[in-house]
Amino acid sequence: MDFNGSDTVVGPAAEDRLPDSVAMAVKVVIVGGFGVGKTTLVGSVSEIRPLTTEETMTQAGIGVDDPTGVEQKTATTVAMDFGRISIDDKLVLYVFGTPGQERFWFLWNGLFEGALGAVVLVDTRRLEVSFEVIGRLEDRGVPFVVAVNGFPEAPSYALDELRQALDLPPHVPIVPCDARSRESSRDALMTLMRYLYDLAVPAPR
Amino acid sequence: MTAADQSGWDGPDPDRLYVITRGRSGPSGPGVFDLVTLIVSLAEPTPTLQPEHAAILRLCRSPLSVAEVSAYLELPTSVVTVLLADLLDDGRIEARSAVPRAELPDRALLEAVIHGLQRL
Repeated sequence: MDFNGSDTVVGPAAEDRLPDSVAMAVKVVIVGGFGVGKTTLVGSVSEIRPLTTEETMTQAGIGVDDPTGVEQKTATTVAMDFGRISIDDKLVLYVFGTPGQERFWFLWNGLFEGALGAVVLVDTRRLEVSFEVIGRLEDRGVPFVVAVNGFPEAPSYALDELRQALDLPPHVPIVPCDARSRESSRDALMTLMRYLYDLAVPAPR
Repeated sequence: MTAADQSGWDGPDPDRLYVITRGRSGPSGPGVFDLVTLIVSLAEPTPTLQPEHAAILRLCRSPLSVAEVSAYLELPTSVVTVLLADLLDDGRIEARSAVPRAELPDRALLEAVIHGLQRL
């Protein structure tokens, strides 16, 4: 996909353009392993067709400061899907999906800077990825909630078992989520926002 | 499966990206541009502008995040931020900043987001 020149760039459709009054944007991050439903969740809540942005990873970092070394570098691109929700005429929320595996953590630096928080989307068949992700978020001090995708009408004790298996602190919310459903995905984001709201309340002394 | 599952170079030719940025790489630390910094054009493209710069000015006639600019241009964000820095230096774009870094979001902001989500 080479850059084709300025006249062929297709921008947002007229109905997808933000009003000029929009003054600020905030972001949240959906983290999870492959196939857990991050892209589906982003698509469920987004007002625009989800977009993809790429970042490049330079292997080994050899020759980074040497402009002549460019050709020797092997580069990998990693794509992140994201969507957008207009909150009001001044504020926009962006929702980014990012892979949870350790080899993609290089993406997290720019992504989590300034992010409100994260939703860890859990695949019950592959808990080990979620376990790593949760540890990493805790290390970075990123507030998060846990959403369990495709969890069939979960009895609460099953969520409790999952909480134990993930070694989740008691204050971290864990909710079932159907990433295909706009309402259910929205509710997962709401859980995060309410959790952040509670965290923002100064602790009583 | 998402595009992120693929490894190996499947994006723009690295040499081409090198030319677009004239060999400059993006800022390594926290820079001016966040993924959700909103970009708004302050000027119309002129014939002498590099095509990529002109494309950004056309795209950002209405506010667009850095991530959206990257997506529409099909260029990595590290390349886009170099181009945006040029345009910002020349006063051709305005950058509407994301939430200040390293600050807890305030409750008024979170309330607004909660209300916005309720309407979704």
